[in-house]
Amino acid sequence: MAVAVSFPAVSDAVGPAMHIPDGFLSLPVAAAGYVASAVAIAVAVRMTNRRLGERAVPLMGVMGAFIFAAQMMNFPVAGGTSGHMLGGALAAICLGPWAAILVMTSVVALQAVLFQDGGLGALGANVFTMGVTTALAGALFYALLRPLAERSTGGRVAASFAVAWLTVVIASVVLSLELALSGTSPVGVVLPAMLGVHVFIGIGEGLITAAAVSFLLATRPDLVGVAPNVTPEGVRA
Amino acid sequence: MSTLKRYAPLLAAGVAIALGVALLSPWASGSPDGLEKVAQEHEFSDRAEDPGVTFIRDYRFPGVENERVATVLAGAVGVLVIATVTVIAGMLLARRARAEGEPRSGTGAR
Repeated sequence: MAVAVSFPAVSDAVGPAMHIPDGFLSLPVAAAGYVASAVAIAVAVRMTNRRLGERAVPLMGVMGAFIFAAQMMNFPVAGGTSGHMLGGALAAICLGPWAAILVMTSVVALQAVLFQDGGLGALGANVFTMGVTTALAGALFYALLRPLAERSTGGRVAASFAVAWLTVVIASVVLSLELALSGTSPVGVVLPAMLGVHVFIGIGEGLITAAAVSFLLATRPDLVGVAPNVTPEGVRA
Repeated sequence: MSTLKRYAPLLAAGVAIALGVALLSPWASGSPDGLEKVAQEHEFSDRAEDPGVTFIRDYRFPGVENERVATVLAGAVGVLVIATVTVIAGMLLARRARAEGEPRSGTGAR
Protein backbone atom coordinates (compact mmCIF):
# COMPACT_ATOMS: atom_id res chain seq x y z
CA MET A 1 0.00 0.00 0.00
CA ALA A 2 1.20 3.53 0.61
CA VAL A 3 4.93 3.06 0.90
CA ALA A 4 7.72 5.57 1.26
CA VAL A 5 7.62 6.78 -2.32
CA SER A 6 5.01 9.46 -2.54
CA PHE A 7 6.41 10.89 -5.76
CA PRO A 8 4.98 8.66 -8.48
CA ALA A 9 1.67 10.47 -8.44
CA VAL A 10 3.36 13.39 -10.09
CA SER A 11 6.72 12.33 -11.48
CA ASP A 12 5.33 9.31 -13.31
CA ALA A 13 4.98 11.45 -16.35
CA VAL A 14 3.30 9.03 -18.72
CA GLY A 15 -0.22 9.68 -17.51
CA PRO A 16 -1.68 12.62 -19.35
CA ALA A 17 -2.87 15.78 -17.68
CA MET A 18 -2.48 16.85 -14.12
CA HIS A 19 -5.07 18.91 -12.40
CA ILE A 20 -4.49 20.28 -8.91
CA PRO A 21 -3.85 17.29 -6.65
CA ASP A 22 -4.67 17.33 -2.97
CA GLY A 23 -1.83 18.82 -0.98
CA PHE A 24 -1.22 21.82 -3.22
CA LEU A 25 -3.96 23.99 -1.74
CA SER A 26 -4.58 25.16 1.78
CA LEU A 27 -7.89 24.32 3.40
CA PRO A 28 -9.31 27.88 3.07
CA VAL A 29 -8.40 28.07 -0.61
CA ALA A 30 -9.84 24.62 -1.32
CA ALA A 31 -13.01 25.53 0.57
CA ALA A 32 -13.29 28.85 -1.27
CA GLY A 33 -12.98 26.93 -4.53
CA TYR A 34 -15.92 24.76 -3.54
CA VAL A 35 -18.03 27.74 -2.52
CA ALA A 36 -17.25 29.74 -5.65
CA SER A 37 -17.95 26.77 -7.90
CA ALA A 38 -21.18 25.95 -6.07
CA VAL A 39 -22.41 29.50 -6.56
CA ALA A 40 -21.47 29.44 -10.24
CA ILE A 41 -23.20 26.09 -10.76
CA ALA A 42 -26.32 27.33 -8.99
CA VAL A 43 -26.45 30.38 -11.25
CA ALA A 44 -25.77 28.20 -14.29
CA VAL A 45 -28.63 25.87 -13.42
CA ARG A 46 -30.91 28.82 -12.89
CA MET A 47 -30.03 30.40 -16.20
CA THR A 48 -30.23 27.23 -18.27
CA ASN A 49 -33.31 26.02 -16.45
CA ARG A 50 -35.21 28.89 -17.91
CA ARG A 51 -33.69 29.05 -21.32
CA LEU A 52 -31.88 25.95 -22.50
CA GLY A 53 -32.96 25.24 -26.05
CA GLU A 54 -33.61 21.63 -26.90
CA ARG A 55 -30.90 21.53 -29.54
CA ALA A 56 -28.42 22.42 -26.82
CA VAL A 57 -29.02 19.04 -25.16
CA PRO A 58 -27.18 16.84 -27.66
CA LEU A 59 -24.58 19.56 -28.13
CA MET A 60 -23.84 19.47 -24.39
CA GLY A 61 -23.18 15.75 -24.74
CA VAL A 62 -20.98 16.25 -27.77
CA MET A 63 -19.05 19.07 -26.11
CA GLY A 64 -18.53 17.10 -22.91
CA ALA A 65 -17.32 14.04 -24.79
CA PHE A 66 -15.04 15.99 -27.10
CA ILE A 67 -13.55 18.16 -24.35
CA PHE A 68 -12.89 15.12 -22.16
CA ALA A 69 -11.10 13.35 -25.01
CA ALA A 70 -9.24 16.48 -26.06
CA GLN A 71 -8.01 16.99 -22.49
CA MET A 72 -6.29 13.61 -22.73
CA MET A 73 -4.37 14.69 -25.82
CA ASN A 74 -1.39 16.42 -24.28
CA PHE A 75 0.56 18.26 -26.93
CA PRO A 76 4.21 19.20 -26.58
CA VAL A 77 5.19 22.81 -25.99
CA ALA A 78 8.61 24.32 -25.45
CA GLY A 79 11.11 22.97 -22.96
CA GLY A 80 9.99 19.40 -22.29
CA THR A 81 6.58 20.51 -21.18
CA SER A 82 3.19 19.54 -22.50
CA GLY A 83 -0.17 21.20 -22.43
CA HIS A 84 -3.68 20.02 -22.83
CA MET A 85 -6.89 21.62 -23.87
CA LEU A 86 -9.20 23.04 -21.22
CA GLY A 87 -12.22 23.51 -23.47
CA GLY A 88 -14.11 26.15 -21.54
CA ALA A 89 -13.79 28.67 -24.37
CA LEU A 90 -15.08 26.23 -26.98
CA ALA A 91 -18.00 25.27 -24.79
CA ALA A 92 -18.82 28.91 -24.06
CA ILE A 93 -18.66 29.91 -27.72
CA CYS A 94 -21.02 27.09 -28.70
CA LEU A 95 -23.29 26.83 -25.67
CA GLY A 96 -22.97 30.09 -23.82
CA PRO A 97 -21.37 30.48 -20.39
CA TRP A 98 -24.03 28.75 -18.30
CA ALA A 99 -24.39 25.48 -20.17
CA ALA A 100 -20.61 25.59 -20.62
CA ILE A 101 -20.10 25.76 -16.86
CA LEU A 102 -22.29 22.67 -16.45
CA VAL A 103 -20.42 20.76 -19.15
CA MET A 104 -17.02 21.72 -17.75
CA THR A 105 -18.08 20.84 -14.21
CA SER A 106 -19.17 17.41 -15.43
CA VAL A 107 -15.85 16.84 -17.18
CA VAL A 108 -13.65 17.99 -14.29
CA ALA A 109 -15.72 16.18 -11.66
CA LEU A 110 -15.59 12.94 -13.65
CA GLN A 111 -11.83 13.29 -14.04
CA ALA A 112 -11.44 13.58 -10.28
CA VAL A 113 -13.88 10.86 -9.27
CA LEU A 114 -13.25 8.21 -11.91
CA PHE A 115 -9.72 8.97 -13.08
CA GLN A 116 -8.11 10.46 -9.95
CA ASP A 117 -6.98 13.40 -12.07
CA GLY A 118 -7.14 16.23 -9.59
CA GLY A 119 -7.74 15.69 -5.88
CA LEU A 120 -11.21 15.46 -4.39
CA GLY A 121 -10.31 18.17 -1.89
CA ALA A 122 -9.12 20.37 -4.74
CA LEU A 123 -12.11 19.57 -6.94
CA GLY A 124 -13.89 22.84 -6.19
CA ALA A 125 -10.78 24.79 -7.13
CA ASN A 126 -10.26 22.70 -10.26
CA VAL A 127 -13.84 23.27 -11.37
CA PHE A 128 -13.52 26.96 -10.64
CA THR A 129 -10.19 27.35 -12.44
CA MET A 130 -10.74 25.16 -15.50
CA GLY A 131 -14.50 25.34 -15.83
CA VAL A 132 -16.04 28.45 -14.34
CA THR A 133 -13.20 30.86 -15.13
CA THR A 134 -12.71 29.67 -18.70
CA ALA A 135 -16.43 29.55 -19.50
CA LEU A 136 -17.16 33.01 -18.12
CA ALA A 137 -14.02 34.60 -19.56
CA GLY A 138 -14.63 32.83 -22.86
CA ALA A 139 -18.18 34.11 -23.18
CA LEU A 140 -17.19 37.61 -22.08
CA PHE A 141 -14.30 38.00 -24.48
CA TYR A 142 -16.21 36.39 -27.31
CA ALA A 143 -18.95 38.95 -26.79
CA LEU A 144 -16.34 41.71 -26.83
CA LEU A 145 -14.93 40.40 -30.10
CA ARG A 146 -18.34 40.17 -31.64
CA PRO A 147 -17.68 42.90 -34.22
CA LEU A 148 -14.81 40.80 -35.52
CA ALA A 149 -16.78 37.57 -35.31
CA GLU A 150 -19.70 39.03 -37.18
CA ARG A 151 -17.59 40.18 -40.09
CA SER A 152 -16.87 36.82 -41.69
CA THR A 153 -16.19 33.15 -41.09
CA GLY A 154 -12.52 34.01 -40.86
CA GLY A 155 -13.38 36.59 -38.24
CA ARG A 156 -15.25 34.02 -36.17
CA VAL A 157 -12.35 31.62 -36.33
CA ALA A 158 -9.85 34.33 -35.43
CA ALA A 159 -12.01 35.46 -32.52
CA SER A 160 -12.30 31.86 -31.32
CA PHE A 161 -8.52 31.48 -31.38
CA ALA A 162 -7.93 34.70 -29.47
CA VAL A 163 -10.59 33.97 -26.88
CA ALA A 164 -9.33 30.43 -26.29
CA TRP A 165 -5.76 31.68 -25.83
CA LEU A 166 -6.92 34.28 -23.33
CA THR A 167 -8.91 31.79 -21.26
CA VAL A 168 -5.86 29.57 -20.78
CA VAL A 169 -3.70 32.51 -19.73
CA ILE A 170 -6.37 33.75 -17.33
CA ALA A 171 -6.87 30.28 -15.86
CA SER A 172 -3.12 30.00 -15.28
CA VAL A 173 -3.18 33.31 -13.40
CA VAL A 174 -6.09 32.10 -11.25
CA LEU A 175 -4.27 28.85 -10.52
CA SER A 176 -1.10 30.75 -9.63
CA LEU A 177 -3.03 32.90 -7.18
CA GLU A 178 -4.61 29.81 -5.62
CA LEU A 179 -1.16 28.28 -5.14
CA ALA A 180 0.26 31.52 -3.78
CA LEU A 181 -2.62 32.08 -1.37
CA SER A 182 -2.15 28.52 -0.19
CA GLY A 183 1.47 29.26 0.66
CA THR A 184 2.60 26.58 -1.76
CA SER A 185 4.79 28.88 -3.83
CA PRO A 186 5.41 32.64 -3.65
CA VAL A 187 3.38 34.62 -6.15
CA GLY A 188 6.53 36.20 -7.59
CA VAL A 189 7.79 32.74 -8.46
CA VAL A 190 4.73 30.79 -9.46
CA LEU A 191 2.95 33.48 -11.47
CA PRO A 192 5.72 34.17 -13.99
CA ALA A 193 6.47 30.45 -14.23
CA MET A 194 2.85 29.53 -14.94
CA LEU A 195 2.40 32.41 -17.37
CA GLY A 196 5.61 31.53 -19.18
CA VAL A 197 4.30 28.05 -19.92
CA HIS A 198 0.66 28.84 -20.52
CA VAL A 199 1.17 31.57 -23.09
CA PHE A 200 2.39 28.68 -25.25
CA ILE A 201 -0.20 26.14 -24.13
CA GLY A 202 -2.82 28.75 -24.98
CA ILE A 203 -1.73 28.61 -28.62
CA GLY A 204 -2.64 24.92 -28.69
CA GLU A 205 -5.98 25.68 -27.07
CA GLY A 206 -6.55 28.42 -29.64
CA LEU A 207 -5.75 26.16 -32.58
CA ILE A 208 -7.99 23.32 -31.38
CA THR A 209 -10.84 25.70 -30.55
CA ALA A 210 -10.58 27.49 -33.88
CA ALA A 211 -10.51 24.16 -35.71
CA ALA A 212 -13.55 22.88 -33.82
CA VAL A 213 -15.51 26.08 -34.45
CA SER A 214 -14.59 25.98 -38.14
CA PHE A 215 -15.70 22.38 -38.33
CA LEU A 216 -19.03 23.15 -36.69
CA LEU A 217 -19.59 26.18 -38.89
CA ALA A 218 -18.86 24.10 -41.97
CA THR A 219 -21.00 21.13 -41.00
CA ARG A 220 -23.77 22.27 -38.67
CA PRO A 221 -23.72 26.07 -38.43
CA ASP A 222 -27.19 25.96 -36.93
CA LEU A 223 -25.75 24.36 -33.82
CA VAL A 224 -23.22 26.98 -32.94
CA GLY A 225 -24.73 29.20 -30.33
CA VAL A 226 -27.91 27.34 -29.48
CA ALA A 227 -28.24 28.52 -25.91
CA PRO A 228 -30.08 31.80 -26.31
CA ASN A 229 -28.87 33.44 -23.12
CA VAL A 230 -25.48 34.18 -24.59
CA THR A 231 -24.54 36.01 -27.67
CA PRO A 232 -24.97 33.19 -30.12
CA GLU A 233 -25.67 35.37 -33.11
CA GLY A 234 -22.04 36.29 -33.30
CA VAL A 235 -21.10 32.85 -34.43
CA ARG A 236 -24.09 31.80 -36.45
CA ALA A 237 -23.36 31.48 -40.11
CA MET B 1 -37.50 11.62 -25.30
CA SER B 2 -38.38 12.88 -28.71
CA THR B 3 -35.53 15.34 -28.32
CA LEU B 4 -33.13 12.46 -27.97
CA LYS B 5 -34.58 10.64 -30.94
CA ARG B 6 -34.44 13.66 -33.20
CA TYR B 7 -30.88 14.49 -32.33
CA ALA B 8 -29.53 10.94 -32.07
CA PRO B 9 -27.52 11.17 -35.32
CA LEU B 10 -25.88 14.39 -34.18
CA LEU B 11 -25.07 12.94 -30.78
CA ALA B 12 -23.72 9.75 -32.34
CA ALA B 13 -21.54 11.70 -34.76
CA GLY B 14 -20.16 13.90 -32.01
CA VAL B 15 -19.45 11.00 -29.68
CA ALA B 16 -17.79 9.14 -32.57
CA ILE B 17 -15.46 12.10 -33.10
CA ALA B 18 -14.64 12.15 -29.40
CA LEU B 19 -13.97 8.40 -29.45
CA GLY B 20 -11.70 9.00 -32.45
CA VAL B 21 -9.72 11.50 -30.41
CA ALA B 22 -9.56 9.00 -27.54
CA LEU B 23 -8.12 6.45 -29.98
CA LEU B 24 -5.20 8.82 -30.58
CA SER B 25 -4.61 9.47 -26.87
CA PRO B 26 -1.82 6.86 -26.48
CA TRP B 27 0.23 9.13 -28.69
CA ALA B 28 -0.33 12.16 -26.49
CA SER B 29 2.80 13.85 -25.18
CA GLY B 30 4.09 12.20 -22.01
CA SER B 31 5.92 15.30 -20.85
CA PRO B 32 4.72 16.95 -17.65
CA ASP B 33 1.97 19.47 -18.26
CA GLY B 34 2.12 23.15 -17.34
CA LEU B 35 1.24 22.82 -13.67
CA GLU B 36 3.25 19.64 -13.23
CA LYS B 37 6.36 21.20 -14.78
CA VAL B 38 6.12 24.32 -12.64
CA ALA B 39 5.56 22.18 -9.56
CA GLN B 40 8.68 20.15 -10.32
CA GLU B 41 10.86 23.14 -11.12
CA HIS B 42 9.82 25.07 -8.06
CA GLU B 43 9.89 22.06 -5.82
CA PHE B 44 6.38 21.71 -4.60
CA SER B 45 5.44 18.65 -6.62
CA ASP B 46 6.21 16.44 -3.60
CA ARG B 47 3.33 18.05 -1.78
CA ALA B 48 0.92 16.11 -3.96
CA GLU B 49 -0.97 13.53 -1.96
CA ASP B 50 -1.91 10.17 -3.36
CA PRO B 51 -5.62 9.72 -3.84
CA GLY B 52 -7.08 7.24 -1.36
CA VAL B 53 -9.22 5.23 -3.72
CA THR B 54 -8.34 4.81 -7.35
CA PHE B 55 -10.47 3.60 -10.20
CA ILE B 56 -8.88 4.39 -13.57
CA ARG B 57 -5.58 5.85 -12.46
CA ASP B 58 -3.43 7.76 -14.94
CA TYR B 59 -6.02 7.20 -17.65
CA ARG B 60 -5.15 3.53 -17.92
CA PHE B 61 -7.89 1.00 -17.62
CA PRO B 62 -6.89 -1.34 -14.79
CA GLY B 63 -5.98 -4.92 -15.54
CA VAL B 64 -5.07 -4.28 -19.16
CA GLU B 65 -1.42 -5.05 -19.84
CA ASN B 66 -1.00 -3.17 -23.08
CA GLU B 67 -0.61 0.48 -22.12
CA ARG B 68 -2.00 1.83 -25.35
CA VAL B 69 -5.07 -0.36 -25.18
CA ALA B 70 -5.53 0.55 -21.52
CA THR B 71 -5.37 4.27 -22.36
CA VAL B 72 -7.82 3.99 -25.24
CA LEU B 73 -10.22 1.99 -23.07
CA ALA B 74 -10.00 4.58 -20.31
CA GLY B 75 -10.66 7.32 -22.81
CA ALA B 76 -13.63 5.50 -24.30
CA VAL B 77 -15.15 4.91 -20.87
CA GLY B 78 -14.70 8.58 -20.04
CA VAL B 79 -16.22 9.75 -23.32
CA LEU B 80 -19.30 7.58 -22.92
CA VAL B 81 -19.83 8.43 -19.26
CA ILE B 82 -19.43 12.16 -19.80
CA ALA B 83 -21.73 12.16 -22.82
CA THR B 84 -24.39 10.36 -20.79
CA VAL B 85 -24.06 12.65 -17.80
CA THR B 86 -24.17 15.87 -19.81
CA VAL B 87 -27.09 14.76 -21.97
CA ILE B 88 -29.10 13.75 -18.91
CA ALA B 89 -28.30 17.09 -17.28
CA GLY B 90 -29.33 18.92 -20.44
CA MET B 91 -32.55 16.95 -20.77
CA LEU B 92 -33.56 17.73 -17.21
CA LEU B 93 -32.97 21.43 -17.76
CA ALA B 94 -34.54 21.62 -21.21
CA ARG B 95 -37.60 19.68 -20.14
CA ARG B 96 -38.16 22.01 -17.25
CA ALA B 97 -37.79 24.95 -19.61
CA ARG B 98 -40.60 23.54 -21.68
CA ALA B 99 -42.74 22.72 -18.67
CA GLU B 100 -42.60 26.38 -17.76
CA GLY B 101 -44.41 27.03 -20.98
CA GLU B 102 -41.76 28.87 -22.89
CA PRO B 103 -42.47 28.70 -26.58
CA ARG B 104 -39.90 26.67 -28.44
CA SER B 105 -39.30 27.00 -32.09
CA GLY B 106 -39.47 23.83 -34.11
CA THR B 107 -41.47 21.82 -31.63
CA GLY B 108 -44.11 21.09 -34.21
CA ALA B 109 -42.37 17.98 -35.42
CA ARG B 110 -43.63 14.83 -33.70
